[in-house]
Amino acid sequence: MNFGVIVFPGSNCDHDCIHVLSDVLGHKAIPVWHKESKLDGLDAIILPGGFSYGDYLRTGAIARFSPVMGAVQQFAHEGGMVLGICNGFQILLEAGLLPGAMLRNRSLSFICKDVHVTVENAATPFTGLCRPGQVLKIPIAHADGNYYTDDVALSQMKAAAQIVFCYCTAEGKVTSEANPNGSLDNIAGIRNAAGNVMGMMPHPERSAEALLGNDDGRLIFLSMLDALQKAKLKAVLA
Amino acid sequence: MKAKIHVTLKQGILDPQGKAIEHALETLGFKSAGNVRVGKYVELDLAEKDKAKAEAEVKAMCEKLLANTIIEEYRFELQ
Repeated sequence: MNFGVIVFPGSNCDHDCIHVLSDVLGHKAIPVWHKESKLDGLDAIILPGGFSYGDYLRTGAIARFSPVMGAVQQFAHEGGMVLGICNGFQILLEAGLLPGAMLRNRSLSFICKDVHVTVENAATPFTGLCRPGQVLKIPIAHADGNYYTDDVALSQMKAAAQIVFCYCTAEGKVTSEANPNGSLDNIAGIRNAAGNVMGMMPHPERSAEALLGNDDGRLIFLSMLDALQKAKLKAVLA
Repeated sequence: MKAKIHVTLKQGILDPQGKAIEHALETLGFKSAGNVRVGKYVELDLAEKDKAKAEAEVKAMCEKLLANTIIEEYRFELQ
């Protein structure tokens, strides 16, 4: 499979994503500079973590107007798989590809640590190889991960099973103590209504190989690969 | 023409910076300070001479980029 990893000025997890997809999982992943206006020949797009445009104004607010974002919008609207990790999630929110917005962490601190999340929806192309309710340990590293949306949007998201990950205890209990940043309803990751775009604050690319002591994050990339391969087979059979 | 734009979190949305400042003010003895809200101030020059057009332009800037209206509100003045 061919992955495109978008590189904005200030992205700093692009190489980690490319390393996991190519060196660990044996697929092709290329960096795509934010000035590009085409995304030809790519099966999935990843918006990596980092501090695009120095987080000026708001996280993701300026990156969303990068030239490549027009192509990302089009790719998503055509059903292409788009994953935003951390700053990539923030950019997808600012771009309106996902609902809601990020506020500063409740503690005002930059938090960098392993957290646990439950898989609230295992029927997505990003979590298809997870068990429903499975607890994954994946690190977070952010200052603005306090997810917010209004009550109306939240109930719509719940009705459409758009909440994919929630912060939880190691045992899988979604409690306020397990909420690292004040996120509404412990939300750590969401998808769009169509199901082809997902954003998550935890960094699966930092926990995708046993050598690093934790490979729970690998499940996200393997799920994406599985969904892409199934879609290709389906296309061949059709 | 100069535009002076204020962007703040909407009332009802927790402002952790405001809370931290409120707490610090209280510690310093400013007991009467409450409901502290922190915002952003943006100042810019406009080539537009017509006030109505300038207003529409600044409103569009706020809606499109300067404020995220899911969480923030804005107000501005033109001089």
